[in-house]
Amino acid sequence: MKFFGRGHGACPGCGLTTAVRNVLNALDGRCFVANSTGCLEIISSQYGKNAWGVPYIHSLFDNTAAVACGISEALKALKREEEGKVVVLAGDGATADIGLTLHGMFDRNHDVIYICLDNEAYQNTGHQQSGLTPFGESTTTTPAGKLILGKMGRKKDMVAIAIAHGSPYVATSSAVLPADIRRKVKKAAGIEGAKYIQIHCPCVTGWGIDGKDVVKVGNLAIETALYPIVEFENGKLISVRKIKDRKPVEEYLKPQRRFRHLFTDPRGKEVIAEIQRIADRNAEKYGLDLKKE
Amino acid sequence: MMKVVRGFYSVAHAVKLCKPNVICAYPITPQTEIVENLAEMYANGELENCRYITAESEFAAASILVGASATGARTFTATCSQGLILMSEVLFNAAGMRLPIVIANPNRAISAPLSIWNDLQDSMALRDAGIIQLYVENNQEAHDAIPQAYKIAEDQRVLLPFMVCMDGFKLTHAYEPIDLLDQSVVDNFLPPFKPKAYMTTKKPLAFGCYAPPHVYMEFRVAMQNAMDRAKDLMEKVFREWTEVSGRNWGGHLEVIYPDSKLFVVAMGSIVGLLRKVVEDLRREGINLGLVKLRTFRPFPVEELRSYLGDAEKIIVLDRSISLGYEGNLSIELKSALYGFSAEIISMILGLGGRDLSKEFLENLIRNAIAGKEASGFKGAKDFEEVIP
Amino acid sequence: MKMRLNLGAISEPLQSEKLKTGDWGTEWAFVDKEKCTACKICEQFCPDGCIEVKEFEKEKFAVVDYQYCKGCGVCASVCPKEAIRMEIKELFKLEVC
Ligand SMILES: Cc1ncc(C[n+]2csc(CCOP(=O)(O)OP(=O)(O)O)c2C)c(N)n1
Ligand code: SF4
Ligand code: SF4
Ligand code: SF4
Ligand SMILES: [Mg+2]
Repeated sequence: MKFFGRGHGACPGCGLTTAVRNVLNALDGRCFVANSTGCLEIISSQYGKNAWGVPYIHSLFDNTAAVACGISEALKALKREEEGKVVVLAGDGATADIGLTLHGMFDRNHDVIYICLDNEAYQNTGHQQSGLTPFGESTTTTPAGKLILGKMGRKKDMVAIAIAHGSPYVATSSAVLPADIRRKVKKAAGIEGAKYIQIHCPCVTGWGIDGKDVVKVGNLAIETALYPIVEFENGKLISVRKIKDRKPVEEYLKPQRRFRHLFTDPRGKEVIAEIQRIADRNAEKYGLDLKKE
Repeated sequence: MMKVVRGFYSVAHAVKLCKPNVICAYPITPQTEIVENLAEMYANGELENCRYITAESEFAAASILVGASATGARTFTATCSQGLILMSEVLFNAAGMRLPIVIANPNRAISAPLSIWNDLQDSMALRDAGIIQLYVENNQEAHDAIPQAYKIAEDQRVLLPFMVCMDGFKLTHAYEPIDLLDQSVVDNFLPPFKPKAYMTTKKPLAFGCYAPPHVYMEFRVAMQNAMDRAKDLMEKVFREWTEVSGRNWGGHLEVIYPDSKLFVVAMGSIVGLLRKVVEDLRREGINLGLVKLRTFRPFPVEELRSYLGDAEKIIVLDRSISLGYEGNLSIELKSALYGFSAEIISMILGLGGRDLSKEFLENLIRNAIAGKEASGFKGAKDFEEVIP
Repeated sequence: MKMRLNLGAISEPLQSEKLKTGDWGTEWAFVDKEKCTACKICEQFCPDGCIEVKEFEKEKFAVVDYQYCKGCGVCASVCPKEAIRMEIKELFKLEVC
């Protein structure tokens, strides 16, 4: 039995579907999926063209964590918990901006694996900024213009927020690390409570990259320390993905249309320098650099 | 078992007897005591196979119930006013997903200005959501309404959310002697919730799929059909309830003195007072009847037309207003009685808990019948609006 | 025959498989079975679940399902053995004159 069918409507090379297929495989399809409005929902759940091979629910953009809590509690009340784990699959907008029910889920510590599929903007509605859009990115609501060079706010630290809530398991991963996704989802499944996994998902359309470059670009996010791959258990950092030779951020930014203005506008240099400082701070904070002997 | 209890307890007790699986709510006056009572029952282990969750908002509470109901759980929430409006995005959604969530709504005014007191503006705002709305007159009726709500909402031919509306404070906080139902009565009346389609790994269905233009409309037609079926089923369930409990609350309407030419139409606890008003006015020689409207959605058009078809004058007591037009109930009634000749006088009164005395209502009705009282706000003071 | 409509827009599983997305792209992935070591890396990455290692009588190698392959090139970019090449479809090999 397949858990996520072929024939779905994602753009060729979409990172979301790679991530989702690995999440479902890690749980052997024994799960209940609650999905927020967004790309994943639109490409998979048109009436009569459903791609899901696991029980699935889409309610709204802004309430997915709460819907998942409801499933989890119903399974407890009905003594059907052994049927499977409850998993949220929500976009970065649904998670960091409008999805405030996330906090109730953490507070009450419902048994849910909350997965944020972070493609760093509202891609479904045409690439508007979200709380997880990184500094300097040009989106349609933070466009690069004569005065302002894209989003000038920072990327929200959802990992820190999840940890501050006391979440028993918090991790990041990437669609370009399928084995890492599977390991972390399996681990999360073995822990009781509200878990949070944030998966970086390259978006060919919104980021302006080619399918062939999805994996390269996704890896560069990790190798520049712009997307730290980390893992926390009960608030304690238990693993990080070390970087052998950390690359300058330009290498990551340059191939993507969403950052192109940084290379055409003379003031782009300052923005890139700031992005480099963000990467440096990440590397330091999590100890990402592999020390050379 | 006869017991003097307050309105909120009469609801909480009835909910317990219906054996819900997931209860989830957020406090708001004057609803709070309903869930507090349920929380206490939960803490004392009186609710079996049940999870009680204190959500972080009404929006979350309703969302949690969407997940729970889709998973096959019998669900309950209570809210009103700001809480109901905060829930509204979810409740429209729940109706479209055909989830039979039962909601108790102790009606309360809407901010601004903030008011904790009673009128019907909150549930009127949810008029178009696809939720069945029943308005009760007293706490016994509220108590009895809960098992009936589950039976109707969960019926395969219906599957829509059901909201029991009871006046905030006026009913929720009033002491009344209530015949608290026996568990066995409810068990015999209300079958367990066994939906045919629900979220399970044994048959992985997808809920909440989106519908493109070639099929969206049909889903709305299906909801309208479900409302129509609910209308018939409700009559049946109301009758069945009378047999089971010995109490007859009427059908979608209760009509007192149906042979009259003059009528007052109202919903909720005000009907209790109107019963006395009508008796007294009849004693004065006024040929007045009373229509207690119980079911607001689905709207009982045929029943209203058959009872009010020959009426000459109908006085509608509206406790909410569609700002920019007129009283909500009047709008509905005029539409239902289109083509008939009755004059409909719309009286908007009692907003935000404004007191309604028997004398006040009597005078209004007397004058309206004498042609001396036009449609409009009643009982509002004269004022001049100034910008400070 | 009357149209059947599921209550509340509930859908049956895996209906998307009816939709063949193989004609979306301009390219398709082709596996060189001589180079393929059946490591399954491509399988884990394909966003469309349409490349799969299959066992034959004597050999094991990755097979592309052209009914669904969108030609994104992800598989080719991750294959450690460079066993996958992307090739433009016949249809698009038009000569420009
Ligand atoms: C309450 C509400 N506001 C706005 C929208 C419109 N909307 C739908 S999806 C979406 C963005 C989704 O972004 P994200 O969560 O990041 O998911 P993505 O599509 O990027 O995967 C927006 C703004 C909505 N559906 N509901
Ligand atoms: S827009 Fe981006 S996230 Fe959405 S389907 Fe396309 S590639 Fe995937
Ligand atoms: S990644 Fe390459 S070597 Fe591995 S199975 Fe796929 S085609 Fe074969
Ligand atoms: S080209 Fe893309 S869709 Fe086709 S098999 Fe490779 S990864 Fe899958
Ligand atoms: Mg997004």
